[in-house]
Amino acid sequence: MAIFRDHDRWGRDRSAEDRRRHRQLVEDSIKKNIGNIIAEESIIGQSKDKVIKVPIRGLKEYGFIFGENRPGVVPGTGEEKRGDRFAGPAEGSGTGDGAGTAEGEDYYELDITVEDLAEYLFEDLELPYMERKKFSLIESEKSSKRWGIQKKGIPPRLSKKRSMQERIKRKKSLERSYREMDIESDRERVPFHEEDLRYHRVKEQLRPQSNAVVMCLMDNSGSMYQEKKYLARSFFFLLYHFVKYRYVNVELVFINHTTTAQEVNEDEFFHRGESGGTFISSAYKKALEIIEERYSPEIWNIYAFHCSDGDNWPEDTPLAIDLANELCSQCNLFGYGEIRLAIGSYRSASSLLKKFEGAIKASNYVAVYIDGKQDIWPAFKKLLTLSDRSD
Amino acid sequence: MDYQMTDLEYYNRIIEQATREFGLDCYPQDFEICDYEDMLSYEAYSGMPSRYPHWSFGKAWERKKTFYRYNLIGLPYEMVINSNPCLAYLMKENTLALQVLTIAHVYGHNDFFKNNRLFKNGTRADYTVEMFKSHASRISDYIADPSIGYERVERILDAAHALRFQVYRISNEKHLSPEEIKESHMEKYYKAQLNMVSTIKDSQGEQPNWDKIPLEPEEDILLFLLRYARLSEWEKDIISIVRSEAQYFMPQMETKIMNEGWASFWHFKILNHINLRQPLYLEFIKRHNQVIASRPGTLNPYHLGFKIFCKLEQEGKQLFDIREQERDVSFIRRYLDEELCQELNLFEFQKEKQEYVIREISDESGWKKIRDTLIMNVGMNGIPVIKVSETDAAKILHLEQEWDGRELLQDYAHKTIKYIARLWGNKVRLRARINGEYKLLESDGV
Repeated sequence: MAIFRDHDRWGRDRSAEDRRRHRQLVEDSIKKNIGNIIAEESIIGQSKDKVIKVPIRGLKEYGFIFGENRPGVVPGTGEEKRGDRFAGPAEGSGTGDGAGTAEGEDYYELDITVEDLAEYLFEDLELPYMERKKFSLIESEKSSKRWGIQKKGIPPRLSKKRSMQERIKRKKSLERSYREMDIESDRERVPFHEEDLRYHRVKEQLRPQSNAVVMCLMDNSGSMYQEKKYLARSFFFLLYHFVKYRYVNVELVFINHTTTAQEVNEDEFFHRGESGGTFISSAYKKALEIIEERYSPEIWNIYAFHCSDGDNWPEDTPLAIDLANELCSQCNLFGYGEIRLAIGSYRSASSLLKKFEGAIKASNYVAVYIDGKQDIWPAFKKLLTLSDRSD
Repeated sequence: MDYQMTDLEYYNRIIEQATREFGLDCYPQDFEICDYEDMLSYEAYSGMPSRYPHWSFGKAWERKKTFYRYNLIGLPYEMVINSNPCLAYLMKENTLALQVLTIAHVYGHNDFFKNNRLFKNGTRADYTVEMFKSHASRISDYIADPSIGYERVERILDAAHALRFQVYRISNEKHLSPEEIKESHMEKYYKAQLNMVSTIKDSQGEQPNWDKIPLEPEEDILLFLLRYARLSEWEKDIISIVRSEAQYFMPQMETKIMNEGWASFWHFKILNHINLRQPLYLEFIKRHNQVIASRPGTLNPYHLGFKIFCKLEQEGKQLFDIREQERDVSFIRRYLDEELCQELNLFEFQKEKQEYVIREISDESGWKKIRDTLIMNVGMNGIPVIKVSETDAAKILHLEQEWDGRELLQDYAHKTIKYIARLWGNKVRLRARINGEYKLLESDGV
């Protein structure tokens, strides 16, 4: 006679540890492939809730298996004829017992949101030179702290202990007054009264946080044709998400420039196309004006990044260098990304980066080249991590 | 739950009685009643009460869970493991009719495990649970050992998993040890020498290199590595654990169609025999039809096996001998005939560029081809044969695919030889056909 028994899992979740390890490997794999992922056009400029599919590599269980170019046998409807096409065999036939032969493509995809992706991306990065400025204009976080006791309050703040004490006090004094007045009391219960109740007083504290402003400067001139703009935008996209992810109260400033510069909003910054010549100095000037007006370096940590193709008008360059030096002195970090997208053999002859090289000596100046999609992530990393020199 | 434990015991008694009447020969049977979550866990760990930790089991769990959530596959009604006593899990949430069907089905598997020669000779059912438990605790010990640790154990497990089915195809076959192979080669050689003297041939040639490793191409890659790779004891132990677990599961892979066919055949026979009440019986028939349903585009082993056994019964064949002697390959070769191929509407397809094209249908001229293609895809035939051909002076390990008309998936092959290189400790080269010509794949680095 067979034995029947109930399974007792002793409250344990058997596969928890193996699942944790699996997830960890998945995340590692995403992080390893992050460069490829962010180079995919579809994620740039998407809202943070957009779900993207990330193919997971490295989690397949490899082994020697046959490819697809071999014959198979399945049942049909009886209507089939030689040479007909058909949709292909269905996946996941059979039910599970015995060990699986890792047969067929083990395709794995993970859905993550752009926000998650940003989180993976930036987990290990910190904005450099994050100095605590003396005081702050933005109170980033409100925290509340219990601060004494009061008689009026809202139910959630009821102090049970103090209320109980009050009741006992009242009870004792009642008993004593009865005793003193020689009254035989048969009161057994002394229930809570409104007047017994005590509430915590709560004091709100404002915790100051370091302020940061990130200034995004982008060349919007005619020589910045679509692909280059796309690269610059991708770069700023990263920056934008980085800032949003890491720091709650960071302000963003967007400046577009051709021969003149103007401050624009985020949407315009990413989506506006313009054309015309290039005076890079105009953007730097604008940035310096904005700093002067609104973001005193005393109070603000300022990060300025500029993306351009380096195709500046030669007569403007000396001024640009002066202003760039000026910016370096005002900012915690000044970054310059030069986009050198080569189409055919053509590559912009004039490179501002080369000229900056000798002229800007500030330790908080970082320059990177971006030659293609694949360079965006490394360039970005360099901008944020290599600049981690002591000041 | 529309039943009590006592209901299960009641039906089990009747079913057990029926199995005896029909002449099934079973191990003692244990049933464990578990819920959906437990069932998922058992599935991820191939039904074993204990198993060593590895992320692939976590992945299996997540996959199953996702599949069930999106209804891509149904939950299994039951799981049975090949052990003595035979251990089966029944899912609490199932209806009584389904439980009764499952119990009968389990006895079919139980009989198969106990009597099929692959299981009888290739596995030790008395020690199944203990074996897996001991493997689990040994690997856990290595993980806990501060001089080894989780990551190093995982590195070896990952590599061994990739090779786990690159072992002897027939686990109970006698294999010669390297020394015996050497002896037989020497014997053959000297006999040939003697003959040559008598037939007056002057050219003698050099003596063969008896120390060549391996003397004959070796298909059991894990065993080869255990013998010749420079591995520490704990690494060898992990590899031999993976190897022996693979050998345990191999009979199941080799008899998937027969085993499920046999169990379905018996649950159907038994439940028709025991006079179920009307509502139970109707649900049973419905469930039975689901289990053995044939959907175009999917080969259902339950269906195929069930049909063949039903036909064999009609023909008055010795069913019990067949379940004892055959494996899927021989079962299909002998008993899948033209009539059945036609009844099942089997056809052969192949992918050409991005399209699947039907190449053969089950008519008079096509059914044999279809049967043979099916044979190529069942059991261990679905796994490429890769043999170690030699180790050269630079300690590079050379592998060769035994060509059977099917090409390897290149990406997978490349990753797999990297795993071999990890265990071998040196470069590994694989000679295989890629896109119609022979090529050498090399593991870059170790």
